[in-house]
Amino acid sequence: MALPLFDPAHDPGPDFTALLNREHGRVLPAPSENHVSVPHGTTVLALRFDGGVIMAGDRRATEGHSIAHRSMEKVFPADRYSAVAIAGSAGMAVEMVRLFQVQLEHYEKVEGVSLSLSGKANQLAQMVRAHLPLAMQGFVVVPLFCGFDVVEGTGRIFTYDAAGGHYEETDFQATGSGGRDARTTIKLGYRDNLSRAEAIELAVLALYEAADADSATGGPDLTRGIFPIVATVTKEGYSSVEESEIAERFEAAIERRRSLGGNAGGTLR
Amino acid sequence: MTMPYYVAPEQVMKDRAEYAQKGIARGRSLIACVYDAGVLLVAENPSRSLHKISEIYDRIAFAGVGRYNEYDQLRVAGVRHADTKGFAYSRSDVDARSLANLYAQHLGNVFTHEMKPLEVEILVAELGHGQRPTQLFHVAYEGTITDEVNFAVLGGEAEPIRQQFEESFTAGWGLAAALKAAARALAGPDRSLGAQDLEVAVLAEGNGRRTFRRLSDGELTTLLAS
Repeated sequence: MALPLFDPAHDPGPDFTALLNREHGRVLPAPSENHVSVPHGTTVLALRFDGGVIMAGDRRATEGHSIAHRSMEKVFPADRYSAVAIAGSAGMAVEMVRLFQVQLEHYEKVEGVSLSLSGKANQLAQMVRAHLPLAMQGFVVVPLFCGFDVVEGTGRIFTYDAAGGHYEETDFQATGSGGRDARTTIKLGYRDNLSRAEAIELAVLALYEAADADSATGGPDLTRGIFPIVATVTKEGYSSVEESEIAERFEAAIERRRSLGGNAGGTLR
Repeated sequence: MTMPYYVAPEQVMKDRAEYAQKGIARGRSLIACVYDAGVLLVAENPSRSLHKISEIYDRIAFAGVGRYNEYDQLRVAGVRHADTKGFAYSRSDVDARSLANLYAQHLGNVFTHEMKPLEVEILVAELGHGQRPTQLFHVAYEGTITDEVNFAVLGGEAEPIRQQFEESFTAGWGLAAALKAAARALAGPDRSLGAQDLEVAVLAEGNGRRTFRRLSDGELTTLLAS
């Protein structure tokens, strides 16, 4: 191994993926003709609140109709001020997140400054687009990206499609197989300037509804003590919400539903 | 037909060394030392954007003196090496020793084979963790690598600075004491250096996975006045 020095014409700059391709050939596995069954991740969501943005995801990974993992993590810090959540082919998605995390840190170290939030969103779009040949074979990866824009002082959310298109959402979004149920729940409970507590409550209810209606989304696993992951990104940076706080909210929600025969009973709760 | 001049290899090496030393001596010096919470790096550098001290990886810092464009290229190569290695294996497999060896090989090769040696001296510092000790690797312009104990001084006028700093060095001292001693040693007997003349960073726990942290002007002023 020698120092990775390049002549100016071939210098990859702060682009970590280009560096890897130069150094080690292809990073992501080449497309093959054979379809294989791989674990899939399911419901993830993001919504804005007065201090920034909240991101949450269930813990279930499925392989066809069976449960492959019960405690998979789908919400990750991308860097200090942003978070990424994944739905889709689990192995590929986790690898894409790992590459994305290194890319953001690599850029920051080489250039001496962080990328802007739009720059980060665009980088992720390029990774999803580069993944298109694999997506065509069924290994679809659809991330959800959010962060705190330190210049504008607000939380921002970006969604992606399998072809690498990325779109900025105004207030909230959810993707994955249970995304539609989660989105509807958030839509019913959303208003501007939710507090942190209200936003976490809404995220919890949205995941509850998604798990209630979608077989591939895992609800709170009370037997094993496994709860969905909720994280906040504010001007203080990325922070995971304590599992005890999430557990408490789920248990309270379940208790309310139990007393009403499984329904919300007129209001979102 | 003209005959090429014969120059003795000893002379060639001597000339190159002299050339590199002169280039390095034109710049300001730098001190790195251990203190009770980690590693402190102090450079005399009035610029706030052209850094002499930078982050390489979670627990590794880089410092260079001499020609900016040359050591900055080495810094970027170090970041690339570390990030590639950490991505291919695991974050804990990235260590300062192998990086310092690569730097030494590169500087040695350039010194012997190229027209012009690199006019730089660099330091690779690693904050210890578990089985791994805190280490300071000093790599000179011709590729000599030294594993320094407690502190390292880089730059053209290293010897008087080293002597003065050695007198004040105390094992287990705090950040303020170490910083003040370093500022005094870098200034020498006739000058004094304030927060605006110094670039300071630490490798210390308490900042999560990435232990590298730059000290702001405000923090420096407070520490220097304490």
